[in-house]
Amino acid sequence: MSLAVQTYSSVRDASNAVKPDGIRYLGGGTLVVRAVNEGDLSITGYVRSTAPTLQTIDITDGRATIGASVTMAAILANAELAGLHPVAKAVGGPAVRNMATVGGNLFAPAPYGDFTVGLLAQDATVHSTDGDAPIEDFLAGRHDRGKRGIVKAVSLGVPSDGALRFLKISRVKPRGVSVVTIAAALALDDAGKVKSARVALGCMADRPIRAHAAEQALIGHKLVKEEIREAVAVVGEGTNPITDPVASAWYRSEVLPVHFSRLLLG
Amino acid sequence: MARVPVHFTLNGQERAEFVESGVTLLHALRDTMDDTSPKAGCQQGTCGACSVIVDGELRLSCLTLAETCEGASIETAAGLATEGVLHPLQRAIVDGFAAQCGFCTPGMIMAAKTLLDHTPNPTREDVIEAISGNICRCTGYEPIIQAVLSAARSNSQKAG
Repeated sequence: MSLAVQTYSSVRDASNAVKPDGIRYLGGGTLVVRAVNEGDLSITGYVRSTAPTLQTIDITDGRATIGASVTMAAILANAELAGLHPVAKAVGGPAVRNMATVGGNLFAPAPYGDFTVGLLAQDATVHSTDGDAPIEDFLAGRHDRGKRGIVKAVSLGVPSDGALRFLKISRVKPRGVSVVTIAAALALDDAGKVKSARVALGCMADRPIRAHAAEQALIGHKLVKEEIREAVAVVGEGTNPITDPVASAWYRSEVLPVHFSRLLLG
Repeated sequence: MARVPVHFTLNGQERAEFVESGVTLLHALRDTMDDTSPKAGCQQGTCGACSVIVDGELRLSCLTLAETCEGASIETAAGLATEGVLHPLQRAIVDGFAAQCGFCTPGMIMAAKTLLDHTPNPTREDVIEAISGNICRCTGYEPIIQAVLSAARSNSQKAG
């Protein structure tokens, strides 16, 4: 099926053009073109923007602002973003990583959207043409296009290499669709006890969600088997896992605590 | 549907055509430009059979709109052989019996070519990663991995 493509040099113009029902913003194509190929008749046209700002990565004082059109491959090519490399590398194969964008990943339905799981754990901010929002709020209303306009960028504190714990479980090696994806940004005090925690889960709902109960249960505890027991027991609280050909909701619920435990102890 | 002009380099040759607006690069190549080497497999970005190289980067032509390739340099498996002589990757695939039905082969070769263009002496792990987005239901992958490593060795020997 062929659809009209409107191309704008300005993000603002593109944002206005995408407002009508049926018009979808075209990033790397891995979501929208895929949907059209699959026969999604609700999509009646594409809008894209060639604004250079959408493709830039700016890192200032430990905080990165990543344009919405920046690809996973571009993240992997940036040495200053080494802390995000395991997350970006979890997205698809090489061709997909050359196309899939940071902005698009925010809208990827489960079982996709692994990069967003990392962004959620890292407490990113989403910058849209109609304002900024913490990523958790953004994800809750991500399909309300009239409210937020086009995503311009995400910003986040740059994790040092290895600081953002990340685990994607797939049945196909080396790259496959996620059974469950977990990211945890943990800060430890001098005694090795957790003083702050943000834990994000992929595939445990229709979009990435936080494991608030597990976060609370980790505070004040060391990352040893005896002290993480409560957090592991409650990590599935509030989840509503998807069922797809890769795994059932039951299976995802069963394996989540196992992999969460491994992530914490690994 | 309105037709729009697209202009790019395909396997070293300038091409200017009119295509339907919003058509994918895959269908522009196959239906308008008579290059049927990229295959229409899943058209979901999962199988890699449609893989082509755009400006040196591996891309899925089924999810790439032709209009977004304006001015680009596009390489497909159809352009690899020169004057009837197979590209080393093609030769290695044939010699190593690394193709059975052959449907995945053009995409697999383009994924491997992207690897060898950037990493002339890849490890086995590099090869596995490079073809990780390409599905083959016939060979079990091992002959393909060996063929890519063989082509890399062949290239190195020629360069040496």
